[in-house]
Amino acid sequence: MVDAEGGLSLTIARVVQRLRGSSLHSQLERQARVSLHKPEVKLESLKEDIRDFLKTSGWEKKLQNAVYSELNVFPSPCHPAAPPEHMKEPLAYMRKAQGSWEKRILKSLNSMCTELNIPLAQKRPASEQKELLNKWNEMGTDEPDLSLFRPVYAPKDFLEVLMNLRNPNYENGEQPSFRNHLGLIQVPLKVKDIPELKEDFSELGLNIGQLGIDDSAQVPPEFFENEHVRVGQKVLAEQDSAAAQQYVRQGCPTALRAELWALILNISNQPEDILYYEQLKSNVIQHNLLVDSLIYKDVKLTASNDDYYFVFEDYLYQVLLCFSRDTSVLEHFAYSSATPPKSYIRGKLGVEEYAVFYPPNGVIPFHGFSMYVAPLCFLYHEPSKLYQMFREMYVRFFFRLHSISSHPSGIVSLCLLFETLLQTHLPQLFYHLREIGAQPLRISFKWMVRAFSGYLATDQLLLLWDRILGYNSLEILAVLAAAVFAFRAVNLMEVTSLAAAEAVLADLSTLKVVPLLQIFLFATVT
Amino acid sequence: MGGDAGGGPGPLQEIVFRNFYTAFVSVRVQRARGPRRWLTCVRRRRLMASPHAEQGAQDYFSLPRHQMLCDVDQVTAVRFILRQPSPVWLHFTIEELQIFPPSQKSPPKDFPSWLSQLAPPQQPPGPHAELPDPEKVSAEAQQMWVLTEVIRARQAAARIGRFDVDGCYDVNLLSYT
Repeated sequence: MVDAEGGLSLTIARVVQRLRGSSLHSQLERQARVSLHKPEVKLESLKEDIRDFLKTSGWEKKLQNAVYSELNVFPSPCHPAAPPEHMKEPLAYMRKAQGSWEKRILKSLNSMCTELNIPLAQKRPASEQKELLNKWNEMGTDEPDLSLFRPVYAPKDFLEVLMNLRNPNYENGEQPSFRNHLGLIQVPLKVKDIPELKEDFSELGLNIGQLGIDDSAQVPPEFFENEHVRVGQKVLAEQDSAAAQQYVRQGCPTALRAELWALILNISNQPEDILYYEQLKSNVIQHNLLVDSLIYKDVKLTASNDDYYFVFEDYLYQVLLCFSRDTSVLEHFAYSSATPPKSYIRGKLGVEEYAVFYPPNGVIPFHGFSMYVAPLCFLYHEPSKLYQMFREMYVRFFFRLHSISSHPSGIVSLCLLFETLLQTHLPQLFYHLREIGAQPLRISFKWMVRAFSGYLATDQLLLLWDRILGYNSLEILAVLAAAVFAFRAVNLMEVTSLAAAEAVLADLSTLKVVPLLQIFLFATVT
Repeated sequence: MGGDAGGGPGPLQEIVFRNFYTAFVSVRVQRARGPRRWLTCVRRRRLMASPHAEQGAQDYFSLPRHQMLCDVDQVTAVRFILRQPSPVWLHFTIEELQIFPPSQKSPPKDFPSWLSQLAPPQQPPGPHAELPDPEKVSAEAQQMWVLTEVIRARQAAARIGRFDVDGCYDVNLLSYT
């Protein structure tokens, strides 16, 4: 481990390196130059005066927000001796498992290509480009023949892979012993227990006001809601990312949520961001990718069939098609255990100058991927801002839900956390479900992989995602999954098959997320 | 489980290694002068947060001189004692062991000028007292240099946003290598 002093210096160096040359940097320089004309900036005390000017004009706050954003996204720097793959994933056997899983996906995509005789990518003819440009805002009306396409993989395929994950250095004996876990996940990752979770999620405590509970019709708004909204407006006026992140832990008022989330993720929709989005749109027009058909199919199968999200179908295409062309997403592979798929320009196999990533953003969508975007459509209506919010949510959180890693917010840790919580606090239920062949993770996995999108009512989902942003962690998904099982425990104890258990847990749309979390963490007798 | 490393007497600056499922490590040294007994310079340094779980199991660690309990000039032999109390692991060891005497760390080649231009922090009141002293910051230049090299290497695929090669993006199949 790098000791504390060295670690801080390295972190500072990294943040400076990343912010240099960014548009914020040039804006700060421009502002500093502009300030020279101001009367309060004197030559004798130039440095201090410019600093004061930047502070009072709010530019220092913008810089603070940018630094805070960098610290949140990138993990703490590794030891200097560590190779880059160590930052992606420190455990060698997990890197290997992720590599094998990726290879399976590539093979599947390649075989789809050869079967259907469709190239992975090709340039659109001019007439087709014009047609797509005209139809850009209503791509949902298109009814292309997608019957031959199939999703590259579904969450349950991924669960099979995770179930078979083994550490070769661990005693995975055949005989049941204290070494074997009773759930589906067999890797010994460190997960938190309820006392630790209580400390981490202390703002969800019983004596602290929450939106989702204390704003219900029976509670007079003077008790909590009015004050909370007032504080939220103040946070927005201050434009402070860190304060916003702390604030949303108690939930966001609906009217302020869009701006607060944008503040936390440091998205400001500058002219250059809008221009970047337009550039991506033109890339979509120019080149046709096989991945586009996968996106179409996914949207048609999932979001279009959902009562809440079908109205946003056109937005989903506008976001996801552009997302596939966005090479800035490649940066997240520095801290993700995944690797972007590679290919070569036709006819130049093996020639490194003609190597490209496919798709350009390195992310192959799976069944249900569009559900990551759908809830954001309730908050953002301007395509470029919606796009940026989704992209930032993906490179901060969602990528961890479909890659194999040992990170505490990675899907493997979430699964183990869920199983451990259930086993520790509802041992009878866990044992009963196991005996009838209904391992709880088989049911809850799909909820966690999709961050509950499409399973909860939208207002409840947004309250849940408030906490994901507020705590900068996905662990709340595992806690909620366990809380749902705890809530329906009585019914689940009476079922005698996996299908019956699935039926009990099929409909989560009436659940209230915040009371469930509070009761499970703070009011369950342990 | 332990291991010795010996050679001519010399000062010790830092020990760097990669862990492989060792929970605790102790380091003892034998000095050229003085009694021929082993002195403990690192006592039961915890490497894994929990001996049963994966955290820290394959991480890289440094044991710098200033964290050692005894004087490590004129060291003739170094002994590592590895402990892993949990029975669940098949093997445990440390790998890629490197012991640095002070002179051997190569000086940074030409680190960017902005690294030496880091302004000394203001003396703001209260909780910001943990800002590093600028002398110490430039003294850590070795590590910073390594980091900037890594970043520079990664930035070779520039952030231009082009994903095609000369306007062409005709790809046929994905590559497995």
